[in-house]
Amino acid sequence: MRLPNATPRPPGELAELERIWDRPRGWRIISAVNNNIIGIFYVGTALLFFVLAGILALVMRTQLAVPNGGFVGHDLYNQLFTMHGTVMMFLFAVPVVEALGVYLLPNLQAARDLPFPRLSAYAFWAYFVGGLVFFTSIFFDVAPRAGWFMYPPLSSTEYEPGISADFWLLGIGFIEISAIAGAVEIVVGVLKTRAPGQGLDKLPVYSWAMLVFAAMIIFAFPAVILCTLLLELERAFDWPFFIAERGGDPLLWQHLFWFFGHPEVYIIFLPAAGMVSMIVPSMAQSPLVGYRLVVLAILGTGFLSFGLWVHHMFTTGLPELSLSFFSAASMAVSIPSGIQVFAWIATIARGKMRLHTPALFILGFLFIFTLGGLTGVMVAMMPFDWQVHDTYFVVAHFHYVLIGGMVFPLFAAFYYWAPTASVRMSETIGRWVFALIFVGVNVTFFTMHITGLRGMPRRVWTYPDDLGWNTLNAVSTGGAFVIAAGVALFLFDLARRFRPFRTEQPGNVWNAGTLEWLPSGNYQTRSVPIVTSREPLWDQPNLAEDVKEGRYYLPGAPTGGRETIVTSPIRAEPQYLLRIPGPAWSPVLAAIFTAGFFLLLTVKLVPLSVLSGVLAVAFVLVWVWDTDPDPDHPPVAIGGGIVLPVYATGPVSHAWWAMVVLMLVGGSLFACTVFSYLFLWLGNAEAWPPPGAGLPHPAWPAGAVLLYLAGAGAVLLAGSFLARGGGAGNWPFRILLVLAVPLLVAAFGADLLGLWRAGVRPSETSYGAIVFGFAVIQGLYVAALVVMAPYTVARSFAGLLDARRRVTFDNTRMLWLYAVAQGLIALALVHLFPRLVG
Amino acid sequence: MRRGALGNRFVRTSGRGAGAGARRVVKPRRLLALGALGGTLQGCAGVQSALDTAGPHADRVAALGWAMFAAAAAIFLLVLALALFAVFARPERRRWLGGRVVVIAGGVAFPVIALSALLVFGLSTLRALDPPPAPGGIRIEVTGRQWWWEVRYLDAEGGTIAISANEVRMPVGVPVEFVLKSADVIHSFWVPSLAGKLDMIPGRVNSYRFAAGRPGIYRGQCAEYCGAEHALMAFFAVAMEPAAFRDWMARERGPAAAPGDAAARRGAEVFLNAGCAACHTIRGTEAKGAIGPDLTHVGGRVSLAAGTLPNNIGSMEGWIASSQHIKPGNFMPSFDVLSSEDLVAVAAYLESLR
Repeated sequence: MRLPNATPRPPGELAELERIWDRPRGWRIISAVNNNIIGIFYVGTALLFFVLAGILALVMRTQLAVPNGGFVGHDLYNQLFTMHGTVMMFLFAVPVVEALGVYLLPNLQAARDLPFPRLSAYAFWAYFVGGLVFFTSIFFDVAPRAGWFMYPPLSSTEYEPGISADFWLLGIGFIEISAIAGAVEIVVGVLKTRAPGQGLDKLPVYSWAMLVFAAMIIFAFPAVILCTLLLELERAFDWPFFIAERGGDPLLWQHLFWFFGHPEVYIIFLPAAGMVSMIVPSMAQSPLVGYRLVVLAILGTGFLSFGLWVHHMFTTGLPELSLSFFSAASMAVSIPSGIQVFAWIATIARGKMRLHTPALFILGFLFIFTLGGLTGVMVAMMPFDWQVHDTYFVVAHFHYVLIGGMVFPLFAAFYYWAPTASVRMSETIGRWVFALIFVGVNVTFFTMHITGLRGMPRRVWTYPDDLGWNTLNAVSTGGAFVIAAGVALFLFDLARRFRPFRTEQPGNVWNAGTLEWLPSGNYQTRSVPIVTSREPLWDQPNLAEDVKEGRYYLPGAPTGGRETIVTSPIRAEPQYLLRIPGPAWSPVLAAIFTAGFFLLLTVKLVPLSVLSGVLAVAFVLVWVWDTDPDPDHPPVAIGGGIVLPVYATGPVSHAWWAMVVLMLVGGSLFACTVFSYLFLWLGNAEAWPPPGAGLPHPAWPAGAVLLYLAGAGAVLLAGSFLARGGGAGNWPFRILLVLAVPLLVAAFGADLLGLWRAGVRPSETSYGAIVFGFAVIQGLYVAALVVMAPYTVARSFAGLLDARRRVTFDNTRMLWLYAVAQGLIALALVHLFPRLVG
Repeated sequence: MRRGALGNRFVRTSGRGAGAGARRVVKPRRLLALGALGGTLQGCAGVQSALDTAGPHADRVAALGWAMFAAAAAIFLLVLALALFAVFARPERRRWLGGRVVVIAGGVAFPVIALSALLVFGLSTLRALDPPPAPGGIRIEVTGRQWWWEVRYLDAEGGTIAISANEVRMPVGVPVEFVLKSADVIHSFWVPSLAGKLDMIPGRVNSYRFAAGRPGIYRGQCAEYCGAEHALMAFFAVAMEPAAFRDWMARERGPAAAPGDAAARRGAEVFLNAGCAACHTIRGTEAKGAIGPDLTHVGGRVSLAAGTLPNNIGSMEGWIASSQHIKPGNFMPSFDVLSSEDLVAVAAYLESLR
């Protein structure tokens, strides 16, 4: 085969590539945005939270080691288990799989970086600052204490008057935003930045898993964002979404929370399963058996996981027929897991498993996860669940699933991929780490199955000494300290050996088949290979050498800056060369001030919070100002006769994809709001709207509709002026876009005013609350557009926006049309629906 | 605009008395003996266990649980054996395991068959737990409160016959309907030896029926985390022979006994003067508080403070004087200002209310 570029390469080409991709030195590394650096920071921070939340668990286990224990009091204990669950789920599990995605995906796909490096940096720093401040609440006795699923009314103002619940709602609310930022990055990264030829049929299973993972975040996280938003509105302004006396319903929270919370389990598990599907073939030296089945299983899991949430609510007294459906669906989801387990076993049987530390953790994973899956089928059986729900049996079950399904693969991944970042970890110590954690987990948690069956509920800070739980609890506590010893040993080895950001690498130590084992630097591979197989390093002879010598695509940096090849989503054909930004302080500062906004709001320092929010928006604008680069750069040759443009707009461009993903997030947030509206209506159908709060005269919503349409028309017209080019349409464009803003605001205001004049008040009934809830959701878009429209006009004045260089306007227009569509649907629901059913 | 009429009523048990096995059931006498010191937590061993069942509902669920456990153990061992075989067997012997057929057989065909069988078994268990209601059955309304249980025995029309707390009494062999409500946050009603749990949710009414198979005292506990003292929100279900239940009910529905001796008379005065009556009702007296448990027949109950203490004069004194020490954060202040004579008197009075 003829390779795209001839060697020897021109002198200085490699040095230039290295200079461009060099990481900032010293403390300036904070401004780094490259995935290899942010990825390591991200994984490290997640690991820190794993250790911190683990320490909380040890305190709890110490308290429960003996009956009537006096180690900690009830209030601290309640904070401990709330924080343990919250930190493990939101600050460890989701971030760590996202972090590994940020680190690994460009490596696996031979992309130079992810398409939005600054967004990764922003997501990481927001998580880092926000997470740490959130965690410190435990030291000031203001940590949340209503359990990690924060059921109202226990988390409502009446029963939790302090700020501890607000810490949870605002702290977690914005860490969810960070997760969504990461998901946008990952979807676009997987679909658009791959090695040429790496079509969907050759995509590594891990990339598939991360794609489904990100898609699940997009559809599941809005539900929890919505319920945290609604509860915070209830707490701050007394809008009774969940207060039964005023027509609210505590079960609304449970539906929304578990609509997120169950997919959450698979959001954590699928990336881990993806890792296993990478590690098993490599350790067994044989391609994965049943690749297509495994990919189908991943897609199936993602799909089914949205139909299971009610199995967390089997004891709430819902009608049995619907419960039976969810019972069956909960059992069905074990089928895709079964497919994957047997695919791994078959792969091991076909190859020859080399029992190094990663392989041990994989076998431990199979053991623990299978057991957790089987108890999962048991709890899916309603009558059995009625007994074990909210007992230590369930605690045992989900620790088996989460530790088995996620922590073990994660340790396997650390040991397996550590050589790509630094060196191989100690094999001797690794075996001890595995043994301690494996034994500890089983001792701790297998025992808990029995504890639960013998009647011990979860979340109890103490227990009497004569219920037959003493020995079981003592054993569990002992096991917990064995796990801790294993983790401590791992950290010791990590501290001793792991030195990231060095250039020399040990190479392909496992003789693996996938692209992350190519020789690489911060720029990833010297040249970007053509991929013709799922295991290119096994099937394409001399690949590593040819890549390293620059014989494949893009051996240098032809535009003089950072760049990566954007490929088509299905067949991975090169489409254009994306110029990507380098190190910057603006995403870091934007993240710090975003965290500041939420945290200052929590402690009720409103003026400072607003200041922080304004600064956050300002730094976001600074950051995006130079992200739509000059379109007039001539196309560049990347080798093999392929000449790529360096600018793209419309559905080819990465920006379009990101915007579409963001619209999907918005759409699912809105769909959850519609669900909430209908759910509250079901409970209050005889008084909807309630007496004293009539529907506004139809003139109000009709006026709002006209104003929305007029604003949208102005934006569309502005677009056609912009398209004329040559600067002639500049002024009409600017005027129309500026004019559209008051139309949008007026449409929004007309609806609100109409409701207010009709006597609808958000704090009186759940009807008022949810109707104004729509306004809050819509207000977010109106606020965003009020910033984006002037920003777009400013770029026009600065000469950075014209008929070709128009991504900024395209994005603004897309968001605008979305906001108008959503506003119209909300108007129809609020004003037409009650008239139709009433 | 409440949803009572929409109905979340769902019913899931009944059935006639199960065979009486000779199992360990702790009698009240032992509790009294245990509580001589007071101030410590006492329950009763082995009577809050889904494995140690004493009624048809819990029996059936336990049978389902054991069947699933056996199947799960078999599947687990099989998967484990296959994994170890794949790792350690000689290549020519393990070759058959390395194909797509295995993935489809083990990952699709087998689970579909096994899960379908389980679903059929599980749903038939579900139906068996859900027979038609018996006419004229006993209904007990239990309201969860932070961190105790208000108990009302209802007549056919829903009127209250008797009010009690932290204890439900039921005749053996007769399905009893439990009507579950909450006065504050979400709680969950659960007596594992008799039946699974059902949540108590503000604004909703849940109900289910189950029977006790044989006489005994079964411990129950709140299963939905409900705040500071969730751990100390227990209660007892007392299953009695029908005749004994009728006798007990006849006493329970009546007003409190008048103080029988000088100490009790002094205790009754202290009760009214020290502020107890602001929160507690003793039917037949001036005490009409509605915040804490009704104490009309408190002396006859198995436990104090929602299953936290055994019920005797010593623990009663301890509870009144230092309730915040025994159950920190509960809504009853420690009455440590009472003189020891007053404390003894009021405890004696309350213990005399049987």
